[in-house]
Amino acid sequence: MGHDTGLTREAVEARARLDSGPARAKRKLVLVGNGMAGMRAIEELLELAPDLYDITVFGAEPHGNYNRILLSPVLASEKTIADIMLNTREWYDERRIRLIAGDEVVKIDRARRRVIAASGVEAPYDRLILATGSNPVVLPLPGKELPGVVTYRDIADVDKMISAARDFKHAIVIGGGLLGLEAAYGLQKRGMKVTVVHLLPTLMERQLDPAAGDLLRRSLEERGLEFRMPAQTKEIVGDERVRAVRFGDGTELPADLVVMAVGIRPNAALAKASGLACERGVLVSDTMQTFDPRIYALGECVQHRGACYGLVAPLFEQAKVLANHLAEFGIGRYAGSQTSTKLKVTGIDLFSAGDFSGGADTEELVFKDAARGVYKKIVVKDDKIRGAVLYGDTVDGAWYFQLLREGTPIADFRESLLFGQAHLGDSGLAGAAGVTALPDNAEICGCNGVCKGDIVKAITAKSLFTLDDVRAHTKASSSCGSCTGLVEQLLANTLGGDYSETPAKKPMCPCTIHTHEEVRQTIVREKLKSIPRAMEFLEWKTPDGCHKCRPALNFYLLCAWPGEYEDDKQSRFINERAHGNIQRDGTYSVVPRIWGGVTSAKELRAIADVAEKYAVPTVKVTGGQRIDLLGVKKEDLPRVWKDLSEAGFVSGHAYGKALRTVKTCVGKEWCRFGTQDSTGLGIKLERTTWGSWHPHKVKLAVSGCPRNCAEATIKDLGVVCVDSGYELHVGGNGGIKVRATDFLCKVATEEDVIEHCCAFLQLYREEARYLERTAPWIERVGLSHVRDKIVVDAAGRQALYSRFLVAQKYSQVDPWAERAHGKDAAEFAPLEART
Amino acid sequence: MSWLDVGPLDGLPPRGARVVRVGVIDIAVFRTGEGQVFALRDQCPHRGGPLSQGIVHGYRVTCPLHEWVIDLRSGSAVGADTGCTPAFATRVVDGRVAIDVPGA
Repeated sequence: MGHDTGLTREAVEARARLDSGPARAKRKLVLVGNGMAGMRAIEELLELAPDLYDITVFGAEPHGNYNRILLSPVLASEKTIADIMLNTREWYDERRIRLIAGDEVVKIDRARRRVIAASGVEAPYDRLILATGSNPVVLPLPGKELPGVVTYRDIADVDKMISAARDFKHAIVIGGGLLGLEAAYGLQKRGMKVTVVHLLPTLMERQLDPAAGDLLRRSLEERGLEFRMPAQTKEIVGDERVRAVRFGDGTELPADLVVMAVGIRPNAALAKASGLACERGVLVSDTMQTFDPRIYALGECVQHRGACYGLVAPLFEQAKVLANHLAEFGIGRYAGSQTSTKLKVTGIDLFSAGDFSGGADTEELVFKDAARGVYKKIVVKDDKIRGAVLYGDTVDGAWYFQLLREGTPIADFRESLLFGQAHLGDSGLAGAAGVTALPDNAEICGCNGVCKGDIVKAITAKSLFTLDDVRAHTKASSSCGSCTGLVEQLLANTLGGDYSETPAKKPMCPCTIHTHEEVRQTIVREKLKSIPRAMEFLEWKTPDGCHKCRPALNFYLLCAWPGEYEDDKQSRFINERAHGNIQRDGTYSVVPRIWGGVTSAKELRAIADVAEKYAVPTVKVTGGQRIDLLGVKKEDLPRVWKDLSEAGFVSGHAYGKALRTVKTCVGKEWCRFGTQDSTGLGIKLERTTWGSWHPHKVKLAVSGCPRNCAEATIKDLGVVCVDSGYELHVGGNGGIKVRATDFLCKVATEEDVIEHCCAFLQLYREEARYLERTAPWIERVGLSHVRDKIVVDAAGRQALYSRFLVAQKYSQVDPWAERAHGKDAAEFAPLEART
Repeated sequence: MSWLDVGPLDGLPPRGARVVRVGVIDIAVFRTGEGQVFALRDQCPHRGGPLSQGIVHGYRVTCPLHEWVIDLRSGSAVGADTGCTPAFATRVVDGRVAIDVPGA
């Protein structure tokens, strides 16, 4: 946690006030390099501190800022230059950013803090950002200066290639890497006969193993590309213009166009000439500063902890940190990135991530189905994924990449790992598992009715790079989230491997840079006991958070300090504030608790009376064996609760991130198959656990025999009674993604069931992220972890159990009875107006 | 200006809102964490959700139905969403809140 370096929020605000006054001139910020990395940093900075700096941008190219990763679709005539522009001149003008395009900065005068451009234009700076990108590597071959020999880097290169494709026939691409293959594919689409020359026997050898490389080569050959590999180019032959390429073995191939796509090299020349420390790239610290702390650098020109990056996702993470630092929220750190790659060639599904070169202490899991053209390889080391190569079926790429970045132990599901995350149970997606084959009008997001075409259009037209961008602009994946995988695939397919995946370290929300885990640990370690205190200590960027972080903080504080923390109802979602479920018309639903689903004539009569007295429009039996009164007006709620309370009911918490129901079957009291008293045990469990708050809703069930009529194996915790005792199953879900439970352990007595159940719930309360159900939590931390804590470590289990009971002392107060007797009266009563 | 008195400032929860019915429309009266008061028609421009029931943060409220974020000062949706709900002028005099509803 970086509390040491940053200013307090008060200090930042005070300084912002000073800055906005006429007394102080804005400081000057100069950006050298009008590309994606530098401009992303400027955009991030404007979000955080729009008025802190006067900004000047120098760009060597004569355009606005464009999306370089979409040059391949332009070459392949799938997009136009206009489609890929990110920031137009008007954009700069509106923000009063001075853009000097087409003028290269040639010198930095660090002593006088000025940059000097080729035209002689000078600009003074207080802070300078270098984002000079990279240069394509040009092989030192005889004939490399001949007309018709090009590299593949910018709009000018693409223009040359497009015009060559109009006038000539034969193209040779030197380099069988990602860029080379995309160039070859684009030129072929434009009607040229293309041969790819590669030094090594495997295509894309940095991303693919030989098996996947062969599959790729075969399907590119089917599309008409030719390959010459392994082959070394010796000379480019021609007089007025390139005529042929000569190889090491003396043979020649005719060529009217030669594209060199053999890699990129960080462009650190300007930095080097200015005396900044450089190796392969400009050396930067974790705050993206060079050895001169006034000068920052990011993007392809930098070298950070020994690594240089050529993809966009890392650049975006760097831009965030840099902008944070410039805005003087000096607490962000860039810790390097894991990258993944996807080839942007229409119809070829290829994904690779991490390190898959193998080695003595690694293991390989391989799946190969030549007839379907599917190949998957996962490299495992120390029970964790180190790398993945997928060919032909890349549906699970995002999932493997997530497991890789989060370092999830895979032992618990190793046997099914290669078959991917189970998508079959997902509802609302009509069984779609891959997006490439779907038509544009296929509905991706069933909650918000968003089609594939809408999403793809938004990604290109509005220059979206992240899942959050797509959610904000299209609403796809912003409700239940079941289509997130499909939306991520659409992003990956549209932008190629360069799309910005959710960073490994994901902040709770845009108000903070801290993760859920960091926030929770700090709350406990620093004994933070209120939301304002937590926000102050953790340097929240907003004065009082947002609808995402406040409910999470409220829960974390409640969980950490039972009995001490005073619940902040204004930080709860309306359902938990009003203790009812808000309906689409603004009315509420009321679900009284029916212990274990067992009721009586007297209780039913009381519910019927309430329904009649308050003219409740709909009375419905719920899936959790209770009765739902729908359409109650908010101002009637306290009186409805009073009547129910007098009949002996308490809140069913059907509205909360809380213990919902304990579903039961009738058990051995009645059922001829019943092995134990499942109903009685269910009631005991519900009496013990009701009222508890959780990261998300929690549902339990007890089945009296393995026929499992209470559907215990799709609950957060399910008990299946057997003749010899009780099986405990955890992490099930019957919702968006059906997930059967994992078997936790078997215990002998009802007391054991209750102790294990409460310990499990407490572990979930203490470890899961807010709004994470038990199923994804267990998939993230691994069943073994839960088993260790609950089954293996008996003392730990008992400690969890007693912490749960302590919390229950304070949470088993019926919220309905309290409000029926006047608590929070203003919440339910409208204001009265007087003229 | 036709100022409608809607009660004492203390009647509004900080970072919260209450509703007042004027004629046939509901108006949500918000109080920010810093004590400023704003009034908007209690209807999200998206699907008509009751904004008064949302979480108030800074100068914003998040609609409880589908999480649109509305600026309390203008009634306009924030971020990528577009839409606007009517905003009404407010004043606090001697600890009492009044809103200006034309024609009320």
